[in-house]
Amino acid sequence: MQKPENHSHISDAANEVVVDIQHISKTFGDNEVLKDISLQVHRGENVVVLGKSGQGKSVTIQCIVGLLHPDSGSVKVFGDEVANLSDKKLKELRTKVGFLFQSGALYDSMTVRENLEFPLTRVLKMKDKQEIDNRVQEVLEGVGLIDAIDKMPSDLSGGMRKRVGLARTLIVKPEIMLYDEPTTGLDPITSREISQLILNMQKKYKTASIIITHDMECAKITGDRVVIMNEGEYIAEGTFDELESSDDELVSSFFNQTV
Amino acid sequence: MAEQALTGYRKWMEGVGEQGVFFARFFRNIFTGGFEWNEFVRQCYEIGYKSFMLVGLTSFIMGLVLILQLRPSMVEMGAESMLPKTLAVSFIREMGPVITAIICAGKIASSIGAELGSMKVTEQIDAMEVSGANPMQYLVVTRILATSLMVPLLALMGDVIGLFGGYLALNFTDAISFPLYFRKCISSLEFIDFLPALVKTVFFGFAIGFVGCYKGFHSDKGTESVGLAANSAVVTASLWIFVIDAFAVQLTNILFYN
Repeated sequence: MQKPENHSHISDAANEVVVDIQHISKTFGDNEVLKDISLQVHRGENVVVLGKSGQGKSVTIQCIVGLLHPDSGSVKVFGDEVANLSDKKLKELRTKVGFLFQSGALYDSMTVRENLEFPLTRVLKMKDKQEIDNRVQEVLEGVGLIDAIDKMPSDLSGGMRKRVGLARTLIVKPEIMLYDEPTTGLDPITSREISQLILNMQKKYKTASIIITHDMECAKITGDRVVIMNEGEYIAEGTFDELESSDDELVSSFFNQTV
Repeated sequence: MAEQALTGYRKWMEGVGEQGVFFARFFRNIFTGGFEWNEFVRQCYEIGYKSFMLVGLTSFIMGLVLILQLRPSMVEMGAESMLPKTLAVSFIREMGPVITAIICAGKIASSIGAELGSMKVTEQIDAMEVSGANPMQYLVVTRILATSLMVPLLALMGDVIGLFGGYLALNFTDAISFPLYFRKCISSLEFIDFLPALVKTVFFGFAIGFVGCYKGFHSDKGTESVGLAANSAVVTASLWIFVIDAFAVQLTNILFYN
C-alpha cells in the first residue's frame, strides 16, 4: 500500500504525481463506502483498482473530478485540492481529466458526430469546422468506428457505445483518464478489444489512467499497477502477476472469486 | 409520529432550498455567456410547434363548449347578444391562458422532466458536467427560456382559435355573420384585458420549464425515478399555474380595476 507523501510535483516528469488521494472517507447514510483510502497516480501510469461491485471504487474516481466530495481527507489533482477549487478552476481541471462512464453516457439525442463535436465546441471553444471534422475523424478512426459517424447512439451495440464514449473523452486530449467499469456488460471478445484499446490509447496519448474494474482480464491487460479494494479499503497493491501469486488469503480468495 | 413530521418538514425545507439554488444557478447562467442559440431554437420548435395542434384543438373545443353552456342562461336573461362579449372577455382574460398552460404542463413539463430524468439516470448529465461543459446552460437555460417564450405565443393562438370555436357554436342555433361576431368580440375587449393575461402566461411558461427541469435534474438514479420525475413535474407545474393565476388576478385587480 502506497504511503502518503507530502508532495504534488516531482522534478522528474515521469514520476510526477498527477493524482494524490490521501486518507479519504465517504459515507452515504449508514453505509461507509470509503475507509481511509490513499492512492497516488504518476504521469503516464495505468493504475487498476480492482474489486467487487459496490465496494466504493466508482466513488473514488467521482471524488477526483469533484462529482462527489469526500467527508474527510484530501484529493489533489495536478497539485490542486479539488474541494477548494472555484467553479472556473474546476471546469479547467475537468478539461484535463477524461471520464469514461460505465454506460458510455452518450447524449442520446445527438448523432455520434454531434456527441464528439460537443466537447470541442463547448469546452475547447473550437470554431473551425474543418479542424473539428478532422479531429472527430481522427479519434473515430482510432477506435475503429468511422463508419458509425452519423448513427444515433440507439443504433449502436454496447461495445460500440463504449468505444464512442472513449473517443468522446479522448477528443479533448486529457492528461488523466478515469475509466469506470469499461468492460462491464460486454462479451469476452469485445471486453478484450476494449482493454486493448485502452492500452493503445494510453500509449498514443501518454495519459495517466485509473481503471475501475472487476474484470481480471482487463486488469491484466491494462494495469501497470493493480490495487485491490474490499469493503471500502485497499487490501493489497502490486503488479498483476505479484498479486496473482500472493499468499495472502484475502487476496487469493478475491482472485479465485472474480476470475 | 412527531419525528416523522420533523423529517418530512426537514425534507421539504431542503427541497425549497435546492429549488432556490437551482433558480439562482439558472439566472447566473443566463448572463454568463455562451448562450446555446441552436438548442434554444430547437426547444422552441419542440415546445411551440409540436404543441400547437393540441392547444389549438383544446381551445377550439373549450370555446365551443363555453358558448353551448352559456347560451341557455343568457337566452333566459334576454342577454343573448352579450354571448360574444362574454366569451371574449372570459377567454382572453382567463380561460385561454389557463387552458393553454395546463395543457403545456401535461405535455411539456412531463416531457422535460422525463428527458432530463433519463439523462440523469444514464449519467449523461454527469458526463456533460465532468467534460467541463455546462449542463445548466445547454439543458436548463434553453428549455426554461423556450417555455417562457412559447407558452404566451401558444396562449395567444389558443385565444383566437377558441373564439372561432365560439363562433361555430353560436351558428348551431343563431345565424351571425363572421365579421359581426368578431367585431362584437374585439369591441368588448380593452388593452388591459390582453396585457395582464399575456404577462401571466410568461410566468406560466417559466413555471412549466423550471419545474420540468428541476424535477428531471434532481431525479434519483433508477428507471422508476424517471416516471416519478415526469409525474411530479406535471402535478407541481399545474399547481404553480393556479397559484400564479390567483396572484395575477389579485394584482391585475389592484393595478387596473381599483
